[in-house]
Amino acid sequence: MKSLRRIWAMVYRHAALYRRSWPRIVEIAYWPTLNLLIWGFTATYIAHAHAPPGLLAGGALIAGVLLWEITLRGQLGVTFAFLEEIWSRNLGHIFVSPLRPGEMLAALLAVSVLRTLIGLLPATIIAYLLYQYNILLLGPVLLLFFLNLLFMGWWIALGIVSLLFRYGAGAEALAWTIAFGITPVACVYYPISALPFWLQPVAQALPAAHIFTGMRAALMHQPVEWGQLAAAAGLNLAWMLLAIFLFNGEFRAARIRGALISIGE
Amino acid sequence: MHAITVESLTKRYGPTLAVDDISFILPRGQVLGLLGGNGAGKTTTISMLLGLLVPSAGSVTVLGHDMARDRFAALARMNFSSPYISLPSRLSVSENLTVYGHLYDVPDLRRRIEELTAQFNLGDLLRRPAGELSAGQKTRVALAKSLINKPDLLLLDEPTASLDPDTGDYVRTVLETYRREHNAALLLASHNMAEVERLCDQVLMMKTGRIVDRGTPAELIARYGHDDMEQVFLDIARSETI
Repeated sequence: MKSLRRIWAMVYRHAALYRRSWPRIVEIAYWPTLNLLIWGFTATYIAHAHAPPGLLAGGALIAGVLLWEITLRGQLGVTFAFLEEIWSRNLGHIFVSPLRPGEMLAALLAVSVLRTLIGLLPATIIAYLLYQYNILLLGPVLLLFFLNLLFMGWWIALGIVSLLFRYGAGAEALAWTIAFGITPVACVYYPISALPFWLQPVAQALPAAHIFTGMRAALMHQPVEWGQLAAAAGLNLAWMLLAIFLFNGEFRAARIRGALISIGE
Repeated sequence: MHAITVESLTKRYGPTLAVDDISFILPRGQVLGLLGGNGAGKTTTISMLLGLLVPSAGSVTVLGHDMARDRFAALARMNFSSPYISLPSRLSVSENLTVYGHLYDVPDLRRRIEELTAQFNLGDLLRRPAGELSAGQKTRVALAKSLINKPDLLLLDEPTASLDPDTGDYVRTVLETYRREHNAALLLASHNMAEVERLCDQVLMMKTGRIVDRGTPAELIARYGHDDMEQVFLDIARSETI
């Protein structure tokens, strides 16, 4: 119970911050909406120019944008919540409170879920109103796609937070760039076979490539590709264990180096 | 059981010895001053007492808990204040106190915040963002945060730095009262020697990571043949032989 209260304290801290800062709320929804508009118009053009196969490709583009944003927003939700503590020079207070590192992580993940939902809601509504695309038509399997992609965002974020422990705020740019850099091998908009053969194992090692293979099958009204979903879940678990191992190691190393107070410098 | 027991505490950064085999105790209800020039090892020592920093050797026991194995049990019963660590500036004073009240699992938090509001005269500040307060107001809020869990041990890093004399005196009075009413132990790192003379029962003088002298302020003043702690501090800091 005490543990839940400490987690709530950190969630409340971020909720209070966002309540007082409308630019932060706008920022959460800005990029997913902008991405959707760009790719949505592209999808509309392709659908009109090459119907009916273009219609399917257009749908895959919009679904890809919306689903990939789950990973991106999930990752940014964790890393930005952590960076907020660095920017406000508050980590010194937090780490001398009874808050356990695991509880801090749980709070960051909870904030990430809220940020992801807030960020994706406007884009999902715009997709429906502007492009007549309803992501919910993917059916119940959408929930499994969502959870897997969110989980992938989290382990990427844990890796970035670990790097922040090691390199301090100097590693801040990684929060913006790492997940975006993975996009080409996540196979969001094309099958794994579109990659050069030497790059395909990299894509196979990422849960996202399996999820988007499953997504394309769902869009073509094929049966749910449980094998792809299982592969994504297994890979997520393996990557998450690795990320937790890295996080624990870097947190302990930061305590040895005395970096927990000076992390923002 | 003492508030703090430190035995052979050492911190080494590569070839640099930041804290060199220091030992001391802080009994419950007493105030211990940790003095020394810049780079003497005070902040490193406090960081190890708080569990922020892992010692290279030696042990720290706080309120009966070994900080290497059981630091969270101790952290729930202690607190820390430093002008060099901020509270989230966009959160209001009330929100900040609520966050830390939950973190420290304070029972009847609303009532505790009301008590602190009255004690530190925060009524007009509660709804203001912490970042918009003056230095004196920030200090009052930081002290309120540090007392929110009624700690048995309070660690203070230069609690009156950059405060005007009136606010500084106010802070010292609050700390004296809190210590007396709660039988709390205070560890104080300060460069204000008048403050040390007024508040501290015992003083540790640190230099290049070592404790070079210790005693009550009166004992140290007498030992060095000076009139006040300011001169004792200068004597030790400038001495080539100590």
